[in-house]
Amino acid sequence: MVETNVDVTLDLKGLNCPTPVVRVSQAVNGLPLGGVLEATATDPGVLSDIPAWTRTTGNELLSIERQDRVITFRIKRAK
Amino acid sequence: MEPKKLSMVVFSGDMDRALAAFVIATGAAASGTEVTMFFTFWGLKLVQNGSLAGSSPLGRAMGLLNRGGVDRVGPSRFNFLGLGRWMFKRMMKSHNVASLPELRQTATDLGVKLIACQMSMDVMEIPREDLIPEVTEVVGVATFIEQAQQSQTTLFI
Repeated sequence: MVETNVDVTLDLKGLNCPTPVVRVSQAVNGLPLGGVLEATATDPGVLSDIPAWTRTTGNELLSIERQDRVITFRIKRAK
Repeated sequence: MEPKKLSMVVFSGDMDRALAAFVIATGAAASGTEVTMFFTFWGLKLVQNGSLAGSSPLGRAMGLLNRGGVDRVGPSRFNFLGLGRWMFKRMMKSHNVASLPELRQTATDLGVKLIACQMSMDVMEIPREDLIPEVTEVVGVATFIEQAQQSQTTLFI
């Protein structure tokens, strides 16, 4: 993975739909343009929902990966 | 680019349908969509404070049997006189799913517009004071149609 500066981290482990998406949107909207959020979650729905959310809102999904139960993703604010 | 819009009629006062309505509304709002929820008929329970409604004898009986309040609604199946409601609340909590009151709060925090149906309120004798203050307007069908025609997505729940 390319080294990126992370501006905000978010722990969404244990939380279920729709809370991860709601928290991510609030956190990303709080970033300056170009700012990066890194979050961890355990809801498997996130694997499909976070890419969908970035497509809908026009933000950039830098990475999303799953290790055992934990899904880690990074989003760069582009909108 | 104009923001996308979603308009929803919330007709049902069932806990399970309300969960779907508020999950979709908060998810859409979190995705940058302008959301309007139009509460009508049984759905009004979800935006009532839950004081006893009704002014006529029939209205008072209705208010007693159909008392409002987002915390008071039960699932469409397996309610078992309220046991089902308790069971679903417990199960949602144990799976870290937000409760209906929390979801409704999140919806308004995200700017979801809550509006209520004047005609159903008249029929069921629900006074404006029994609606939560987050309901911004009490309107008729033409207002909903105007909202719906500006929306890419419309739902009836």
